[in-house]
Amino acid sequence: MSRKLNLRERYQRMTRDLAWEPSYQSKSDIYPQMEFEGIKIEDWDKWEDPFRLTMDSYWKYQAEKERKLYSIIDAFAQNNGHMNVTDARYVNALKLFLTGVSPLEYAAHRGFAMVGRQFPGAGAQVACQMQSIDELRHVQTQIHTISHYNKYFNGFHDFRHMHDRVWYLSVPKSFFDDAMSAGPFEFITAISFSFEYVLTNLLFMPFMSGAAFNGDMATVTFGFSAQSDESRHMTLGLEVIKFMAEQHPDNIPIIQKWIDKWFWRGYRLLTLVGMMMDYMLPKKVMSWREAWEIYFEQNGGALFEDMARYGLRMPKYWEQTIEGKDHITHQAWGIFYNYTHAAAFHTWMPDNEEMDWLSAKYPDSFDQYYRPRFEHWREQAEAGNRFYNPTLPMLCQTCQIPMGFTEPGDPTTIGFRASDFEGNRYHFCSDGCKDIFDNEPQKFCQAWMPVHQIYQGNCGGATVPDVLDWYHLNFGVDNFDYAQSPDRQHWQQWKGEAAEESDAPDEAA
Amino acid sequence: MADAKNMVYLALQNNEDARPIIEAIEEDNPHAEINHFPAMVKIDAVGKLIVRRKTVEEKIGREWDPQEIHISLVSLSGNVIEDDDEFGVERDN
Repeated sequence: MSRKLNLRERYQRMTRDLAWEPSYQSKSDIYPQMEFEGIKIEDWDKWEDPFRLTMDSYWKYQAEKERKLYSIIDAFAQNNGHMNVTDARYVNALKLFLTGVSPLEYAAHRGFAMVGRQFPGAGAQVACQMQSIDELRHVQTQIHTISHYNKYFNGFHDFRHMHDRVWYLSVPKSFFDDAMSAGPFEFITAISFSFEYVLTNLLFMPFMSGAAFNGDMATVTFGFSAQSDESRHMTLGLEVIKFMAEQHPDNIPIIQKWIDKWFWRGYRLLTLVGMMMDYMLPKKVMSWREAWEIYFEQNGGALFEDMARYGLRMPKYWEQTIEGKDHITHQAWGIFYNYTHAAAFHTWMPDNEEMDWLSAKYPDSFDQYYRPRFEHWREQAEAGNRFYNPTLPMLCQTCQIPMGFTEPGDPTTIGFRASDFEGNRYHFCSDGCKDIFDNEPQKFCQAWMPVHQIYQGNCGGATVPDVLDWYHLNFGVDNFDYAQSPDRQHWQQWKGEAAEESDAPDEAA
Repeated sequence: MADAKNMVYLALQNNEDARPIIEAIEEDNPHAEINHFPAMVKIDAVGKLIVRRKTVEEKIGREWDPQEIHISLVSLSGNVIEDDDEFGVERDN
């Protein structure tokens, strides 16, 4: 008579016991990328998957998540759910998310398939396989949402093409390309630990709560459905670090260097999310500053106390992020306001009520440094002089964001660093980005820099309309201020709002 | 830097599936703090948070596998503890 296996035994049988020792090929031929990064693994059997999810349970639970998700996506489409969002300005946050982040889900699907193939341990292989399938599911669900919104709003029509070309989409793209062109141990430290464990909550939790608050059920649903896989990914990230740390003391300085690098890269990338939270959600859930306090300072602080037992410390320059939480989103929104004529989404200046919210949430910085600038820009726009910056910005060679972030300790001076390498000079927005370059100059000197490429004549021509055409962006439709956008006109028609009432940003909403 | 000593959390969707799980967590973890966000409930605690199979089964009136929590889990922080009778997160520094 057979006895029901307990969780641990089931995981053992259904995972480890399915692996085998190779006999007619050497392990180093089968797993050729295991040595070159310097990580030393003595015993793959020490890998402990904390979730012990077997493939059969995985399919069962994922199928249920999918059923729930698609019934909501159907209901959203059938009931014209896009009409229930707070305001058409909100959709611009979605444009940035779906064109910037969704292609990363696909990149993660590929990345985990690649590293899962490289790891000799069965536990790690299965965890990577599940994550690879998860990520494919995520991009599929997000494309359904793109497909729905694309029927009613501009800027979604060619997200895949844009991801490889558009200047600000090079920020997320280059982040993932950097990880995928690293070795398997760096990739998994970068994505599973630094991004998923330490930072991804900032991407999904406040933003998805924000989507819920703004009436966007489609996004909440794919977001939380994706995030439910994320808890598994996060524990994988934590396990990877513990496993490498316990396998050999020589691994510690290598891991620390990767944590330093990928924390900073992730922090820069998430500036775009912070900007969405503070400026692009008509109804706001929490500020970037609050989110950083909850999800990095509190949660990340507890995590690195855990990591101290392995000799790992907080990521380098984390103190700068504490100071930066008062500034980066305002600076980034300023940059996008300057360059929205070259973007596939619209920008605007906050209305009075929103300015007051920002003052309250950023008592140490907004009124002093940003409100006067934004009020000036708003006055100019109302007088018919909406400013668009005609000069292409200098980009940071590492994060690829225009160089608009300020010096630690001085929010009135733009940060500027440089390194010389093989006869060329490279420019950086911060110490963090400079360090990353200096550690791997051969890699980062090859970065595809959108502004350089435009000046070199590789992006369709010398004028903004030429370049936008090469991006597959519709000039005069996808770009420019929200106030003049067809999106806004349509929204007013659908909602039966009189155009003159809405000429000023809606104060009553 | 906020006081972060041994903080753990579980975040669940705010829906029919998750509600009995949230109630079970409240009952079995009197030290936990329940925070409501749009569409999501985040449960914070110092040290440890446990979801017990038995408590959830009493609430829903059927058998419940702790791995079912995957369907409504949004995020977590802490070291995962998991066996046939409970699911949880802990930190002990």
